[in-house]
Amino acid sequence: MTELNVQADKMDVFLKGVWKENPVFVMLLGMCPVLAVTNSVINALVMGIATTFVLILSNLLVSSLRKLIPKQVRIATYILIIATFVTVADYAIKAVSLEVHKSLGAFISLIVVNCIILGRAEAFASKNSIGRSVLDGLGMGSGFTFAVLCLGIVREVLGNGTFAGFSLFGPDFQPLIIMILPGGAFFVLGAYLMFFNWLKERKKINEKIAEPDMAMAD
Amino acid sequence: MVTEQYWFIFLNAALINNFVLSTFLGICPFLGVSGKISTATRMGAAVSFVMLIASVSAYGIHNLLVRIDAQYLQLISYIVVIASTVQLVEMVIKKFSPALFKALGIFLPLITTNCAILGLALFQTNRGYDFLQSLSFAVGAGAGFTLALLIMSGIREELQLSAVPNVLKGAALTLMVAGILSMAFMGFAGLGGQ
Repeated sequence: MTELNVQADKMDVFLKGVWKENPVFVMLLGMCPVLAVTNSVINALVMGIATTFVLILSNLLVSSLRKLIPKQVRIATYILIIATFVTVADYAIKAVSLEVHKSLGAFISLIVVNCIILGRAEAFASKNSIGRSVLDGLGMGSGFTFAVLCLGIVREVLGNGTFAGFSLFGPDFQPLIIMILPGGAFFVLGAYLMFFNWLKERKKINEKIAEPDMAMAD
Repeated sequence: MVTEQYWFIFLNAALINNFVLSTFLGICPFLGVSGKISTATRMGAAVSFVMLIASVSAYGIHNLLVRIDAQYLQLISYIVVIASTVQLVEMVIKKFSPALFKALGIFLPLITTNCAILGLALFQTNRGYDFLQSLSFAVGAGAGFTLALLIMSGIREELQLSAVPNVLKGAALTLMVAGILSMAFMGFAGLGGQ
Protein backbone atom coordinates (compact mmCIF):
# COMPACT_ATOMS: atom_id res chain seq x y z
CA MET A 1 0.00 0.00 0.00
CA THR A 2 1.23 3.48 -0.76
CA GLU A 3 1.40 6.20 1.83
CA LEU A 4 -1.81 7.80 0.59
CA ASN A 5 -3.74 4.53 0.71
CA VAL A 6 -2.69 3.89 4.30
CA GLN A 7 -3.91 7.36 5.26
CA ALA A 8 -7.24 6.82 3.51
CA ASP A 9 -7.68 3.44 5.16
CA LYS A 10 -7.07 4.89 8.62
CA MET A 11 -9.53 7.68 7.97
CA ASP A 12 -12.05 5.12 6.80
CA VAL A 13 -11.68 2.98 9.96
CA PHE A 14 -12.29 6.07 12.09
CA LEU A 15 -15.18 7.56 10.13
CA LYS A 16 -17.02 4.25 9.85
CA GLY A 17 -17.67 4.31 13.59
CA VAL A 18 -18.78 7.92 13.67
CA TRP A 19 -21.29 7.85 10.85
CA LYS A 20 -21.70 4.88 8.50
CA GLU A 21 -21.79 2.23 11.22
CA ASN A 22 -22.76 4.46 14.12
CA PRO A 23 -23.16 2.03 17.04
CA VAL A 24 -26.37 3.61 18.34
CA PHE A 25 -28.31 4.95 15.36
CA VAL A 26 -27.34 2.32 12.80
CA MET A 27 -26.38 -0.83 14.71
CA LEU A 28 -28.73 -0.29 17.70
CA LEU A 29 -26.15 -1.40 20.25
CA GLY A 30 -25.71 -0.21 23.82
CA MET A 31 -29.23 1.15 24.17
CA CYS A 32 -29.46 1.04 27.97
CA PRO A 33 -27.00 3.86 28.76
CA VAL A 34 -28.20 5.83 25.74
CA LEU A 35 -31.69 5.96 27.22
CA ALA A 36 -30.83 6.11 30.88
CA VAL A 37 -28.21 8.83 31.29
CA THR A 38 -29.21 11.31 28.61
CA ASN A 39 -31.47 13.44 30.81
CA SER A 40 -28.79 16.15 30.89
CA VAL A 41 -25.94 17.21 28.61
CA ILE A 42 -23.27 16.83 31.30
CA ASN A 43 -24.33 13.28 32.16
CA ALA A 44 -24.38 12.34 28.49
CA LEU A 45 -20.94 13.82 27.89
CA VAL A 46 -19.36 12.05 30.88
CA MET A 47 -20.95 8.77 29.82
CA GLY A 48 -19.68 9.22 26.26
CA ILE A 49 -16.13 9.99 27.39
CA ALA A 50 -16.06 7.09 29.86
CA THR A 51 -17.29 4.65 27.23
CA THR A 52 -14.78 5.93 24.67
CA PHE A 53 -11.98 5.56 27.22
CA VAL A 54 -12.92 1.95 27.95
CA LEU A 55 -13.40 1.18 24.25
CA ILE A 56 -9.97 2.48 23.22
CA LEU A 57 -8.08 0.78 26.04
CA SER A 58 -9.89 -2.54 25.77
CA ASN A 59 -9.40 -2.57 22.00
CA LEU A 60 -5.71 -1.80 22.55
CA LEU A 61 -5.21 -4.61 25.04
CA VAL A 62 -7.32 -7.17 23.21
CA SER A 63 -5.52 -6.43 19.97
CA SER A 64 -2.06 -6.67 21.51
CA LEU A 65 -2.94 -9.95 23.24
CA ARG A 66 -4.87 -11.40 20.31
CA LYS A 67 -2.24 -14.05 19.54
CA LEU A 68 -1.94 -15.15 23.17
CA ILE A 69 -5.60 -15.58 24.12
CA PRO A 70 -6.86 -19.14 23.54
CA LYS A 71 -9.95 -19.23 21.40
CA GLN A 72 -12.14 -21.13 23.89
CA VAL A 73 -11.85 -18.59 26.71
CA ARG A 74 -11.67 -15.42 24.64
CA ILE A 75 -15.06 -13.99 25.64
CA ALA A 76 -14.32 -14.45 29.35
CA THR A 77 -10.93 -12.83 28.87
CA TYR A 78 -12.43 -9.86 27.02
CA ILE A 79 -15.00 -9.36 29.79
CA LEU A 80 -12.25 -9.37 32.42
CA ILE A 81 -10.21 -6.82 30.45
CA ILE A 82 -13.27 -4.60 30.00
CA ALA A 83 -14.28 -4.90 33.67
CA THR A 84 -10.80 -3.80 34.74
CA PHE A 85 -10.92 -0.62 32.67
CA VAL A 86 -14.48 0.12 33.75
CA THR A 87 -13.39 -0.08 37.38
CA VAL A 88 -10.61 2.40 36.57
CA ALA A 89 -13.10 4.76 34.89
CA ASP A 90 -15.53 4.38 37.79
CA TYR A 91 -12.95 5.36 40.41
CA ALA A 92 -11.60 8.18 38.21
CA ILE A 93 -15.05 9.78 37.84
CA LYS A 94 -15.63 9.41 41.59
CA ALA A 95 -12.34 11.21 42.24
CA VAL A 96 -13.06 14.07 39.83
CA SER A 97 -16.72 14.77 40.65
CA LEU A 98 -18.74 12.96 43.25
CA GLU A 99 -21.87 14.74 42.10
CA VAL A 100 -21.71 13.42 38.53
CA HIS A 101 -20.85 9.98 39.85
CA LYS A 102 -23.97 10.04 41.98
CA SER A 103 -26.27 11.12 39.17
CA LEU A 104 -24.92 8.45 36.82
CA GLY A 105 -25.29 5.85 39.55
CA ALA A 106 -24.77 2.23 38.61
CA PHE A 107 -24.65 3.05 34.91
CA ILE A 108 -20.89 3.63 34.95
CA SER A 109 -20.36 0.10 36.22
CA LEU A 110 -22.85 -1.12 33.66
CA ILE A 111 -20.49 -0.07 30.85
CA VAL A 112 -19.12 -3.60 31.32
CA VAL A 113 -22.20 -5.10 29.71
CA ASN A 114 -22.44 -2.47 26.98
CA CYS A 115 -22.57 -4.64 23.88
CA ILE A 116 -20.64 -2.10 21.79
CA ILE A 117 -17.42 -2.78 23.69
CA LEU A 118 -17.59 -6.56 23.69
CA GLY A 119 -18.80 -6.43 20.09
CA ARG A 120 -15.81 -4.38 18.91
CA ALA A 121 -13.38 -6.57 20.86
CA GLU A 122 -14.77 -9.69 19.22
CA ALA A 123 -15.48 -8.34 15.73
CA PHE A 124 -12.58 -5.97 15.21
CA ALA A 125 -9.78 -5.86 17.79
CA SER A 126 -9.24 -9.62 17.85
CA LYS A 127 -8.51 -9.61 14.12
CA ASN A 128 -6.70 -6.32 13.45
CA SER A 129 -3.40 -4.60 14.22
CA ILE A 130 -3.01 -2.45 17.34
CA GLY A 131 -3.05 0.86 15.46
CA ARG A 132 -6.22 0.06 13.56
CA SER A 133 -7.95 -1.26 16.68
CA VAL A 134 -7.23 1.91 18.62
CA LEU A 135 -8.56 3.99 15.72
CA ASP A 136 -11.66 1.81 15.58
CA GLY A 137 -12.19 2.29 19.33
CA LEU A 138 -11.79 6.04 18.91
CA GLY A 139 -14.24 6.09 16.00
CA MET A 140 -16.87 3.94 17.69
CA GLY A 141 -16.44 5.92 20.93
CA SER A 142 -16.91 9.21 19.11
CA GLY A 143 -19.96 7.81 17.34
CA PHE A 144 -21.43 6.76 20.70
CA THR A 145 -20.62 10.13 22.28
CA PHE A 146 -22.19 11.91 19.31
CA ALA A 147 -25.36 9.84 19.74
CA VAL A 148 -25.73 10.37 23.49
CA LEU A 149 -25.08 14.10 23.05
CA CYS A 150 -27.77 14.26 20.33
CA LEU A 151 -30.24 12.82 22.82
CA GLY A 152 -28.92 14.69 25.83
CA ILE A 153 -29.16 18.10 24.15
CA VAL A 154 -32.74 17.60 22.94
CA ARG A 155 -33.90 16.20 26.27
CA GLU A 156 -32.30 18.83 28.49
CA VAL A 157 -33.21 21.83 26.32
CA LEU A 158 -36.85 20.80 25.91
CA GLY A 159 -37.34 19.14 29.29
CA ASN A 160 -35.59 21.62 31.53
CA GLY A 161 -35.01 24.74 29.42
CA THR A 162 -31.29 24.63 30.13
CA PHE A 163 -28.12 23.67 28.27
CA ALA A 164 -25.44 22.05 30.45
CA GLY A 165 -26.98 23.83 33.44
CA PHE A 166 -27.31 27.31 31.88
CA SER A 167 -30.83 28.65 31.55
CA LEU A 168 -31.73 29.32 27.91
CA PHE A 169 -35.20 30.77 27.70
CA GLY A 170 -35.63 32.76 30.90
CA PRO A 171 -38.12 32.12 33.72
CA ASP A 172 -41.26 32.17 31.56
CA PHE A 173 -40.38 28.96 29.74
CA GLN A 174 -42.75 26.06 30.35
CA PRO A 175 -40.58 22.92 30.18
CA LEU A 176 -41.88 19.73 28.60
CA ILE A 177 -41.35 17.63 31.71
CA ILE A 178 -42.00 14.40 29.81
CA MET A 179 -38.65 14.83 28.03
CA ILE A 180 -36.58 14.24 31.16
CA LEU A 181 -38.85 11.43 32.36
CA PRO A 182 -38.21 7.86 31.13
CA GLY A 183 -40.94 8.05 28.48
CA GLY A 184 -39.24 11.00 26.79
CA ALA A 185 -36.05 9.00 26.29
CA PHE A 186 -37.93 6.42 24.25
CA PHE A 187 -39.72 9.11 22.21
CA VAL A 188 -36.57 11.09 21.39
CA LEU A 189 -34.58 8.01 20.38
CA GLY A 190 -37.54 6.76 18.34
CA ALA A 191 -37.73 10.13 16.56
CA TYR A 192 -34.01 10.03 15.76
CA LEU A 193 -34.33 6.52 14.33
CA MET A 194 -37.26 7.73 12.26
CA PHE A 195 -35.11 10.54 10.91
CA PHE A 196 -32.34 8.10 9.94
CA ASN A 197 -34.87 5.80 8.29
CA TRP A 198 -36.12 8.77 6.32
CA LEU A 199 -32.57 9.63 5.19
CA LYS A 200 -32.07 6.02 4.08
CA GLU A 201 -35.35 5.95 2.15
CA ARG A 202 -34.54 9.22 0.41
CA LYS A 203 -31.09 7.97 -0.56
CA LYS A 204 -32.64 4.83 -2.03
CA ILE A 205 -35.09 6.89 -4.09
CA ASN A 206 -32.31 9.21 -5.30
CA GLU A 207 -30.21 6.24 -6.39
CA LYS A 208 -33.11 4.86 -8.33
CA ILE A 209 -33.57 8.17 -10.14
CA ALA A 210 -29.83 8.33 -10.89
CA GLU A 211 -29.84 4.85 -12.43
CA PRO A 212 -33.07 4.45 -14.35
CA ASP A 213 -31.93 1.13 -15.89
CA MET A 214 -31.56 -0.41 -12.46
CA ALA A 215 -34.99 0.79 -11.47
CA MET A 216 -36.48 -0.84 -14.55
CA ALA A 217 -34.70 -4.09 -13.76
CA ASP A 218 -36.33 -4.09 -10.34
CA MET B 1 -45.03 -4.89 59.19
CA VAL B 2 -42.08 -7.03 58.25
CA THR B 3 -43.84 -8.80 55.41
CA GLU B 4 -45.13 -5.45 54.20
CA GLN B 5 -41.57 -4.30 53.66
CA TYR B 6 -40.77 -7.24 51.36
CA TRP B 7 -44.02 -6.74 49.49
CA PHE B 8 -43.08 -3.11 48.95
CA ILE B 9 -39.64 -3.96 47.57
CA PHE B 10 -41.29 -6.45 45.23
CA LEU B 11 -43.88 -3.93 43.98
CA ASN B 12 -41.23 -1.27 43.62
CA ALA B 13 -39.04 -3.42 41.38
CA ALA B 14 -41.92 -4.89 39.38
CA LEU B 15 -44.19 -1.93 38.77
CA ILE B 16 -43.27 1.45 40.24
CA ASN B 17 -39.67 1.48 39.05
CA ASN B 18 -40.07 -1.18 36.40
CA PHE B 19 -36.64 -2.45 35.40
CA VAL B 20 -37.20 -2.04 31.68
CA LEU B 21 -39.54 0.90 31.35
CA SER B 22 -38.25 3.27 33.98
CA THR B 23 -34.73 2.17 34.94
CA PHE B 24 -33.76 1.23 31.36
CA LEU B 25 -32.15 -2.08 32.19
CA GLY B 26 -32.31 -4.91 29.70
CA ILE B 27 -33.37 -2.79 26.74
CA CYS B 28 -31.51 -4.98 24.21
CA PRO B 29 -33.61 -8.13 24.76
CA PHE B 30 -36.66 -5.90 25.20
CA LEU B 31 -36.22 -4.58 21.66
CA GLY B 32 -34.74 -7.77 20.23
CA VAL B 33 -36.95 -10.66 21.34
CA SER B 34 -40.28 -8.95 21.86
CA GLY B 35 -41.55 -9.93 18.41
CA LYS B 36 -43.55 -12.97 19.48
CA ILE B 37 -45.38 -13.79 22.72
CA SER B 38 -44.01 -17.34 22.91
CA THR B 39 -40.34 -16.31 22.73
CA ALA B 40 -40.97 -13.39 25.07
CA THR B 41 -42.39 -15.75 27.72
CA ARG B 42 -39.34 -18.01 27.54
CA MET B 43 -36.92 -15.13 27.65
CA GLY B 44 -38.73 -13.67 30.65
CA ALA B 45 -38.63 -17.00 32.47
CA ALA B 46 -34.92 -17.51 31.74
CA VAL B 47 -34.02 -13.99 32.89
CA SER B 48 -36.10 -14.23 36.09
CA PHE B 49 -34.43 -17.52 36.94
CA VAL B 50 -30.89 -16.23 36.40
CA MET B 51 -31.76 -13.06 38.32
CA LEU B 52 -32.69 -15.10 41.37
CA ILE B 53 -29.41 -17.02 41.31
CA ALA B 54 -27.33 -13.91 40.54
CA SER B 55 -28.96 -12.07 43.43
CA VAL B 56 -28.11 -14.81 45.93
CA SER B 57 -24.53 -15.11 44.72
CA ALA B 58 -24.02 -11.35 44.62
CA TYR B 59 -25.15 -11.17 48.24
CA GLY B 60 -22.56 -13.78 49.21
CA ILE B 61 -19.74 -12.18 47.24
CA HIS B 62 -20.41 -8.75 48.63
CA ASN B 63 -20.18 -10.05 52.20
CA LEU B 64 -16.95 -11.85 51.39
CA LEU B 65 -15.40 -8.80 49.71
CA VAL B 66 -16.32 -6.56 52.64
CA ARG B 67 -14.69 -9.06 55.01
CA ILE B 68 -11.39 -9.09 53.11
CA ASP B 69 -11.65 -5.36 52.39
CA ALA B 70 -11.43 -5.61 48.60
CA GLN B 71 -14.50 -3.79 47.29
CA TYR B 72 -12.60 -2.61 44.23
CA LEU B 73 -12.94 -6.19 42.96
CA GLN B 74 -16.75 -5.95 43.15
CA LEU B 75 -17.46 -5.34 39.48
CA ILE B 76 -14.99 -7.93 38.19
CA SER B 77 -16.15 -10.66 40.55
CA TYR B 78 -19.84 -9.95 39.87
CA ILE B 79 -19.46 -10.22 36.13
CA VAL B 80 -17.34 -13.37 36.38
CA VAL B 81 -19.85 -15.00 38.71
CA ILE B 82 -22.80 -14.04 36.51
CA ALA B 83 -21.08 -15.35 33.39
CA SER B 84 -20.20 -18.65 35.04
CA THR B 85 -23.66 -18.96 36.64
CA VAL B 86 -25.27 -18.63 33.26
CA GLN B 87 -22.93 -21.28 31.91
CA LEU B 88 -23.75 -23.55 34.85
CA VAL B 89 -27.48 -23.04 34.55
CA GLU B 90 -27.19 -23.83 30.87
CA MET B 91 -25.45 -27.13 31.61
CA VAL B 92 -27.89 -28.10 34.36
CA ILE B 93 -30.93 -27.39 32.19
CA LYS B 94 -29.37 -29.28 29.30
CA LYS B 95 -28.82 -32.29 31.55
CA PHE B 96 -32.17 -32.37 33.34
CA SER B 97 -34.60 -30.93 30.84
CA PRO B 98 -33.51 -31.08 27.20
CA ALA B 99 -36.93 -29.85 26.13
CA LEU B 100 -36.62 -26.64 28.14
CA PHE B 101 -33.05 -26.23 26.92
CA LYS B 102 -34.21 -26.42 23.34
CA ALA B 103 -37.00 -23.95 24.00
CA LEU B 104 -34.65 -21.38 25.56
CA GLY B 105 -32.08 -21.84 22.81
CA ILE B 106 -29.87 -18.85 22.12
CA PHE B 107 -31.41 -16.78 24.91
CA LEU B 108 -29.53 -18.46 27.73
CA PRO B 109 -25.97 -17.45 26.72
CA LEU B 110 -27.24 -13.99 25.75
CA ILE B 111 -28.34 -13.35 29.33
CA THR B 112 -24.71 -12.85 30.37
CA THR B 113 -24.60 -9.50 28.60
CA ASN B 114 -28.08 -8.51 29.78
CA CYS B 115 -27.49 -5.44 31.90
CA ALA B 116 -30.60 -6.13 33.99
CA ILE B 117 -28.76 -8.96 35.77
CA LEU B 118 -25.64 -6.98 36.62
CA GLY B 119 -27.80 -3.95 37.38
CA LEU B 120 -29.82 -5.98 39.86
CA ALA B 121 -26.67 -7.16 41.64
CA LEU B 122 -25.26 -3.62 41.80
CA PHE B 123 -28.52 -2.01 42.95
CA GLN B 124 -29.09 -4.45 45.78
CA THR B 125 -25.53 -3.87 47.01
CA ASN B 126 -25.81 -0.09 46.74
CA ARG B 127 -29.09 -0.07 48.66
CA GLY B 128 -27.72 -2.37 51.33
CA TYR B 129 -30.50 -4.97 51.17
CA ASP B 130 -30.28 -7.96 53.49
CA PHE B 131 -30.73 -11.51 52.24
CA LEU B 132 -34.53 -11.70 52.17
CA GLN B 133 -34.85 -8.17 50.83
CA SER B 134 -32.47 -9.11 48.00
CA LEU B 135 -34.60 -12.13 47.21
CA SER B 136 -37.82 -10.17 46.96
CA PHE B 137 -36.02 -7.55 44.91
CA ALA B 138 -34.84 -10.22 42.47
CA VAL B 139 -38.30 -11.80 42.18
CA GLY B 140 -39.87 -8.39 41.62
CA ALA B 141 -37.31 -7.41 39.00
CA GLY B 142 -37.83 -10.70 37.15
CA ALA B 143 -41.60 -10.28 37.25
CA GLY B 144 -41.31 -6.69 36.02
CA PHE B 145 -39.03 -7.67 33.16
CA THR B 146 -41.35 -10.50 32.09
CA LEU B 147 -44.39 -8.26 32.35
CA ALA B 148 -42.87 -5.53 30.18
CA LEU B 149 -41.69 -8.06 27.62
CA LEU B 150 -45.10 -9.73 27.46
CA ILE B 151 -47.04 -6.49 27.02
CA MET B 152 -44.62 -5.35 24.35
CA SER B 153 -44.76 -8.60 22.38
CA GLY B 154 -48.55 -8.60 22.54
CA ILE B 155 -48.66 -5.10 21.07
CA ARG B 156 -46.09 -5.93 18.42
CA GLU B 157 -48.01 -9.02 17.29
CA GLU B 158 -51.03 -6.79 16.73
CA LEU B 159 -48.95 -4.16 14.96
CA GLN B 160 -47.71 -6.66 12.40
CA LEU B 161 -51.18 -6.74 10.93
CA SER B 162 -51.52 -2.98 10.56
CA ALA B 163 -50.19 -0.65 7.90
CA VAL B 164 -47.20 1.26 9.23
CA PRO B 165 -45.46 4.12 7.37
CA ASN B 166 -42.08 3.12 5.96
CA VAL B 167 -40.04 5.54 8.05
CA LEU B 168 -41.47 4.15 11.27
CA LYS B 169 -40.77 0.49 10.55
CA GLY B 170 -38.51 -1.51 12.85
CA ALA B 171 -36.95 -0.21 16.04
CA ALA B 172 -38.38 3.31 15.71
CA LEU B 173 -41.94 2.07 16.15
CA THR B 174 -40.97 -0.26 19.00
CA LEU B 175 -39.37 2.67 20.82
CA MET B 176 -42.42 4.87 20.37
CA VAL B 177 -44.63 2.12 21.80
CA ALA B 178 -42.17 1.69 24.66
CA GLY B 179 -42.44 5.40 25.38
CA ILE B 180 -46.22 5.19 25.67
CA LEU B 181 -45.93 2.09 27.88
CA SER B 182 -43.42 3.89 30.07
CA MET B 183 -45.86 6.77 30.51
CA ALA B 184 -48.59 4.28 31.41
CA PHE B 185 -46.35 2.72 34.04
CA MET B 186 -45.81 6.14 35.61
CA GLY B 187 -49.35 5.75 36.86
CA PHE B 188 -48.12 3.11 39.30
CA ALA B 189 -46.21 5.82 41.17
CA GLY B 190 -49.46 6.27 43.10
CA LEU B 191 -48.73 2.97 44.83
CA GLY B 192 -45.95 4.81 46.65
CA GLY B 193 -42.55 5.19 44.96
CA GLN B 194 -39.20 5.75 46.52
